[in-house]
Amino acid sequence: MFAATERDFQYKRTEKMFRALFGFMVLILAIPVLMILAILLIKGGPAISMAFIFTDPTNGMTEGGIFPALLGTIWLVVVSMMASVPLGIAAAVYLSEYAPDNWVTRAINLATINLAGVPSIVHALFGVGAFVVFFRFGTSILAASLTLAVMTLPVVIVSSWEALQSVPRAFREACWNMGATRWQTIWNVVLPNSIAGILTGVILQVSRAAGETAPIMFTGAALFLPFLPESVFDQTMALALHLFVVATQVPGVPEQLPYGVALVLIGIVMIMNTLSIWFRMKLRGKKKW
Amino acid sequence: MSATTHESAKDLAIQAIGFNLWYGTFQALYDVNLDIKGGIITSLIGPSGCGKSTFLRSVNRINERLGYVRTNGSITLFGKNILDEDVELSQLRKHVGMVFQRPNPLPISIRDNILYGYRIHNPNANKSEEEGIMEAALRKVLLWDKVKDKLNKKASVGLSLEEMQKLCIARLLPTNPTLLLMDEPCSALDPKGTAAVEELIWELRGEFSILIVTHNMAQARRASDECIFMLMGKVMEHTKTEDLFVNPAKKETADYIEGRYG
Repeated sequence: MFAATERDFQYKRTEKMFRALFGFMVLILAIPVLMILAILLIKGGPAISMAFIFTDPTNGMTEGGIFPALLGTIWLVVVSMMASVPLGIAAAVYLSEYAPDNWVTRAINLATINLAGVPSIVHALFGVGAFVVFFRFGTSILAASLTLAVMTLPVVIVSSWEALQSVPRAFREACWNMGATRWQTIWNVVLPNSIAGILTGVILQVSRAAGETAPIMFTGAALFLPFLPESVFDQTMALALHLFVVATQVPGVPEQLPYGVALVLIGIVMIMNTLSIWFRMKLRGKKKW
Repeated sequence: MSATTHESAKDLAIQAIGFNLWYGTFQALYDVNLDIKGGIITSLIGPSGCGKSTFLRSVNRINERLGYVRTNGSITLFGKNILDEDVELSQLRKHVGMVFQRPNPLPISIRDNILYGYRIHNPNANKSEEEGIMEAALRKVLLWDKVKDKLNKKASVGLSLEEMQKLCIARLLPTNPTLLLMDEPCSALDPKGTAAVEELIWELRGEFSILIVTHNMAQARRASDECIFMLMGKVMEHTKTEDLFVNPAKKETADYIEGRYG
């Protein structure tokens, strides 16, 4: 009794085959990621030093450090966050909490999702037209950051919207039924219970802005500047563009230099991602409805 | 309208006149006419999808949150048509409390849960006043002794479903509602919890007018004064509970209470 039959063995073989197949796919996925990291560490690791991070490039960018580019990337990310985060969260709150379920809302949602798929070079051209020329910001940190903000806005909206939607509807109904207005409900219950998710998503999305090259190329990032930016109306260097430049535009750069730049860039993105994942774990652990 | 009917409308907790409701193009309620008396428990029974929850949710106008709901006709509470232009939803809901199928305590402390509605309507109340009101509400639902030592703990953890549901009833009381709506308040509870919550509802009888939607025929029978049977968005029968169960006037009612469809 209960002994395996021939058919059970057959099922088990199929089961094993599929498990191996899907596991193999994961492996294939992981290999490029691990290889990129390994190559960057091996080839770029020796370039990294305090001096590399905190000094200016010298000798036609073939020697020296990356400080202006690193600082410029931080400028761009922070200024673009200051624009996209409040705007994106506000828009998500409207779409999630106020907007009636009608064709206008659905059209806005669809547009938001489609906007996320627009190639970054198109955003770049939009940025030139809108911020550099029309608003007369010139090629500046402000213009470049706003271009990045426009690019990240749709994903910020979508991830914030998802965080808001994860708050059970029952909570909202409980509040409404005690006479709370929508704003009271949002402020007392919806936001406190979704802010962790919102911020996590936002950090994750905004960190992508650090690595973008196309949107900032025409709007505010310079190949080389002998001075540091002092306000948002100055141009700046940026890591992603600097990498492009030292890797392809300048002759005679030692091999380890571009790898070092790439390592720093990927390091920034990974630090931000780790931060957001840690943040999410910490807050999710506490959450029990 | 004559003076006498006006007077009687004031005594009625809920009076629905020719009330129709559509979700988009689907009509969920057809010409509902009901006179629901004040101070008693009225239960609303009928098969799934018959419109009983829809009607309940029309009485505090929570249905309107769905953008595609249209209504006509009127629903009058104690003589006032709640669909009038000058009705403020916040004030309406202060007077009409609602209890849901699944207990839905807010993810804040027990104290803040009980005082949530009160603070919305009395933002400047002082602490000692609030404490008194909270204690009274918790005592009324027989929860005070159980939770008095953990008032600052989250209400959504560490309480049984029965206790959560009692808490959800208690948090309606501080705003002195006149009418309590309950949407299958016991269906998530075990038999012991059901008995306890039913007993509580019976305790609240008289002080509040209570309209309770239920799937549980035995519950309707033992825990309500009057009973309404709905079918396919229409009111089939509305009479004293014992009459409805012993002597249903309509064949559909008899079929339903004998379990021929559900």
